[in-house]
Amino acid sequence: MSKKKHVTLNVNGKTEEFLAEPRELLIYTLRERLNITGPHIGCETSHCGACTVTIDGKSVKSCTMFAVQAEGAEITTIEGIGGPDNLHPLQEAFKEHHGLQCGYCTPGMITRATKLLEEIPNPTEAEIRFGMAGNLCRCTGYQNIVKSIQAAAAQMSAAKEAAE
Amino acid sequence: MIPAAFEYYRPKDMDKVLSILEEHGDDARVMAGGHSLIPMMKLRMADVPHLIDLQDVGGMSEIEIGADTIKIGALVTQSDIIDHAALADVAPILREASLQIADPQVRYMGTLGGNIANGDPGNDMPGLMQCLDATFTVVGQDGERAIPARDFYEAAYVTAREDGEVLTAVTIPRPKGGHAYEKQKRKIGDYATAAASVQIVNDGGKCVSAAIAMTNLSDTPVFSKTAGDALVGTSVDDAALKAAVAAMLGDIDPTEDNRGPVAFKNHVAGVILRRAIARAWSRA
Ligand SMILES: Cc1cc2nc3c(=O)[nH]c(=O)nc-3n(C[C@H](O)[C@H](O)[C@H](O)COP(=O)(O)OP(=O)(O)OC[C@H]3O[C@@H](n4cnc5c(N)ncnc54)[C@H](O)[C@@H]3O)c2cc1C
Ligand code: FES
Ligand code: FES
Repeated sequence: MSKKKHVTLNVNGKTEEFLAEPRELLIYTLRERLNITGPHIGCETSHCGACTVTIDGKSVKSCTMFAVQAEGAEITTIEGIGGPDNLHPLQEAFKEHHGLQCGYCTPGMITRATKLLEEIPNPTEAEIRFGMAGNLCRCTGYQNIVKSIQAAAAQMSAAKEAAE
Repeated sequence: MIPAAFEYYRPKDMDKVLSILEEHGDDARVMAGGHSLIPMMKLRMADVPHLIDLQDVGGMSEIEIGADTIKIGALVTQSDIIDHAALADVAPILREASLQIADPQVRYMGTLGGNIANGDPGNDMPGLMQCLDATFTVVGQDGERAIPARDFYEAAYVTAREDGEVLTAVTIPRPKGGHAYEKQKRKIGDYATAAASVQIVNDGGKCVSAAIAMTNLSDTPVFSKTAGDALVGTSVDDAALKAAVAAMLGDIDPTEDNRGPVAFKNHVAGVILRRAIARAWSRA
C-alpha cells in the first residue's frame, strides 16, 4: 500500500474531498466513490471515450487519469450538463434524431460534443466526425450522432442569436 | 485494470523533481500527460513505484518564436500546438502532424515532451523532430545539455536521455520551404503503419535541400539522409521520386506485426513517402 493522498475536486459544481490511493483512476472515483455513474467504462484502455468528462475545459478520458492528477480541478460529467427536467439542447437533439440506441456511449458522446460546440459553434459534418473521433459507438453507425450534433448546433446558435 | 501501487509526487520546481529522481533511481519516473505511461501502468507493462507528476513544474509550457529558431516547452500539448496560430504560420508541419496523432481527448493531454521522451517507435513526434533537425534540452543533477534529435534514439524505449534527466524543451530551426506530414493508419487514433515527414526547398524549379524522416518502420525513427540527397539538384521528377524511395527503403527495417508483414510495410512506406514529397514540393 502506498500513502493515501488528500484530494479535492469540484464535480458538477460541488466540492468533493476524500483520501485516495494514488493509483485510483478518476473513472472509479466518479462511479464508485461519488456514485456519479453517467461516465461509463467501455474499453478501459483509452480508446472508446465512454468515460469522457470535461476537466478544466478539456475533454478527457477519465480512465486514463488518476484522481490525484485532477486535484483542484473542475470536472463536469453528463450529470452536470443536463437532467430529465432540464435537458441540454444536445440531449434533446440526441433524443429527437435517434442519436442513440443502447445509450452506452451517449454520456461520453454528449459530454465531448458540448466541448466541440464550444470550440466550433457551427461545425461541418467533417468537423464533427473529426472532433468526435475519440468516441466510439457500437450501435448507431454514427450517422444519427452527426445529425443530432448538427441539430443541436443549429438550435443553440438560433437561441444565442435570439438572446442577443 | 488497476496499476500497481505507487507513491505520487507533485513537486513545484525542477530541483525537487531531480532530487526525487536521484533518490529513487530506476524506481522513479516523471509523468507529463500520462497518455502513454498510464496505459502501460494499467497493463502492468510499466512498473513505477515513484511517480513524479510534472504538471506543477513551471517554465515548460511556453512556445517562443524567434528570428531563427522556435523553442517549445516539453509540457506543451498536441492541442496547444494545433491551436497556436503563429506557430502554424512559421512551422505548419507541426500542426499537420499533431492533427494526425490519436484523437481529440488524447491530444488535450499528450505533450510534445512525453511523445519525444517515450521512445516508442510508433510515436509521431520523434521522426518529425529528426526531419526538422530539432535539438532536445535535458536537465539533470549535473546541469543542462543539448542532444540533437538525430542522435537521440538508440532502440525502442532507449534514448540518449539518462534516467535522472528530464526533457525541458525542444529547439527547432525555423523550417524553410514546403512541408508534408503523411501518415497511413488503420483507423483514426491509430499509430502509423508508416509515416513520412518531409521539408523541402525549391529554388527556381530545382530542389536545393530536402529532409526526410520515417516513423514506425524500425525500432527507432529513421532520418534518411540518402533519401533527401536523392532529391537535391533535381526537379523532383518521377526519376528523383523513385531514387528517394529506393534510398529510404534501404534505411528502414520494418518488422512484421499486427499492422502487416514486412513486404506490405515497405510498400506502404514507399507510397507514403512519394505522396509526402509530392505534397511538400507542391507547397515549396
Ligand atoms: C488511444 C491513444 C492513441 C494514441 N495515438 C498516438 C498516435 O497516433 N501517435 C502518437 O505519436 N502518439 C499516440 N498516442 C500517445 C500520446 O500521444 C501520448 O500522449 C504521448 O506519446 C506521450 O505524451 P504524454 O505527455 O502523455 O507522456 P507520458 O505518458 O506522461 O510519458 C511517456 C513517457 O515519457 C516520459 N516523459 C514524459 N515527459 C517527460 C519529460 N519531460 N522528460 C523526460 N521524460 C518524460 C515518461 O516518464 C514516460 O516514460 C496515443 C495514445 C492513446 C492513449
Ligand atoms: S473506458 Fe475510457 S476510453 Fe474507454
Ligand atoms: S448507442 Fe450503443 S454504443 Fe452508441
